[in-house]
Amino acid sequence: MEKTVKKSLTKESIERLQALEYEYPYKQSVVLSVLHVIYDQFGYLDKAAIEEAAENMHIPKVYFEEAASFYTMFPLKPRGKYLIQVCQNICCTLMGAEELVDYIKEKLGIEVGETTEDKVFSLVVVECLGACAGAPMMQINDIYYEYLTRAKVDEILAKLRNSQ
Amino acid sequence: MSFEPFLLTPIPDHDKIDVYLKHGGYTALVKALKEMSPEKITEEVISSGLRGRGGAGFPAGRKWSFLPKDSGKPIYLCVNADESEPGTCKDRELMLRHPHLVIEGTIITAFAIKCNHAFIYIRGEFAEEARQLHRAIATAEAKGYLGKNILGSGFDLKISIYRGGGAYICGEETALMTSLEGGKGYPRLKPPFPAISGLYGCPTIINNVETLCNVPHIVNRGANWFKSIGTERSTGSKIFSVSGHVNKPGNYELPMGTPLRELLFEHAGGIRNGRNLKAVIPGGSSVPILTADKIDVNMDFESLAEAGSMLGSAAVIVMDESTCIVHAAMVISRFYRHESCGQCTPCRQGTTWMYRILHRLEHGKGTMEDIDLLLDICDSVEGNTICPLGDASVPAVRTSIKQFRDEYEYHVINKKCLVQLGKRFE
Repeated sequence: MEKTVKKSLTKESIERLQALEYEYPYKQSVVLSVLHVIYDQFGYLDKAAIEEAAENMHIPKVYFEEAASFYTMFPLKPRGKYLIQVCQNICCTLMGAEELVDYIKEKLGIEVGETTEDKVFSLVVVECLGACAGAPMMQINDIYYEYLTRAKVDEILAKLRNSQ
Repeated sequence: MSFEPFLLTPIPDHDKIDVYLKHGGYTALVKALKEMSPEKITEEVISSGLRGRGGAGFPAGRKWSFLPKDSGKPIYLCVNADESEPGTCKDRELMLRHPHLVIEGTIITAFAIKCNHAFIYIRGEFAEEARQLHRAIATAEAKGYLGKNILGSGFDLKISIYRGGGAYICGEETALMTSLEGGKGYPRLKPPFPAISGLYGCPTIINNVETLCNVPHIVNRGANWFKSIGTERSTGSKIFSVSGHVNKPGNYELPMGTPLRELLFEHAGGIRNGRNLKAVIPGGSSVPILTADKIDVNMDFESLAEAGSMLGSAAVIVMDESTCIVHAAMVISRFYRHESCGQCTPCRQGTTWMYRILHRLEHGKGTMEDIDLLLDICDSVEGNTICPLGDASVPAVRTSIKQFRDEYEYHVINKKCLVQLGKRFE
């Protein structure tokens, strides 16, 4: 069997899980919140972390797996440090979302769904992010960037790359 | 007298509790707890005519009055902050810039419906908005507006913030509840209605963020003041999210019944790049499209229904003459295909086929029969699903064909778009 270094939940994540324990009248309500904790730490839903959390919370892991398969905002595999999600819904498309995606693809040299070789950026397209008046827009990790132009995209990506 | 916005007030730093308090914040809560009974608040809200701002437009106070008396079960309040209807971005601004108004509205409503645990279901992507609400809750608690024995009234309230996971369907009230219970966001059949059997099988009220933001103002200024704004049956103000090809996209809070033409050309600055208007979707991507010659209509529930569309969430999506309607319909249908939860066959299959057929039409591979096939699928989906998502996927497709059939036929005959898409991304 392949040996991998098992990353576990950090102290901070475990504290967040413990804080959830008495938040809801019924225990199972924590499922989505637990996925958020794991996503915040790993940037995706790490399988071992789900198992660890399930054990910790005394909830069968199948509940977490079921939710993970339904809710699309959580990547199931590791992504680059910065996950670029470009909204491609009607309002953003009217304002040039397709050209925005093409521009980012060209700039980063990757296709939609791919990650740059240095593992810094991943690019995906998503449906409506609820920032329609700021179209075209994208979300990078948990920050929204609106009213995008080529110049703005250049600036944002350069800043993130330089912060490495 | 010109209208002064009371939800999207231009007050700087209104998210800070001191600023909020300085401008009359939490005075409605004090009044509600000290001078009014829950029944009186509900009566006032019923009398104000406040209708749900999430899309359905159901009278808010009447919804509250459906709660059973003494069921012996706890009553829950869910604040629907799962804003995901394409075009709609008003609740986001309320939560970012006026989080205390959201919290105050939630507390008063919880008091009115005798609820001690409220949930704010916020879409997962709204991370900063969730942080704003957390900060607002913490500061409100510190000042005694929230928590145990609020302002010495004996009323306790806990507010939990529940972040979703990027599923549009969870904005549907029964799906919101199944999601909150820890499952996949599958809608449930109604009846039973949530007011009778909702979250955890208990009586539950679900209200939109904007709806609740009106409540403190109604409590403070009274039902008659609220009714003096808007139209007879669509009272109060409404936040219109204007997006697409206008010079000044944004959220505009105006009286219900504001003419669409005024909204587009005065407030939103008219059509970009000196182009002509082609069409408007006046209530989010789930409502029928209005062609440019139909925009002399007032933005209220009744007027838009009469004009063959709907107010919906009042998200106004503007398309100029450089828009290919087949392309637009394809993009809209892709959304519903992606967001269908998959529970009902007509919706799961129908939304998929609508997108596939629109995709081939847009790419010059469609036939004349495809156009009628699309209309046939619309008929098969509509009214045949548990929740309104299936219904919501139909109007844009159907009305785009009814109003722009020539453009569809052009795609079939010439294998390309009738209009040249203009440069959009600068």
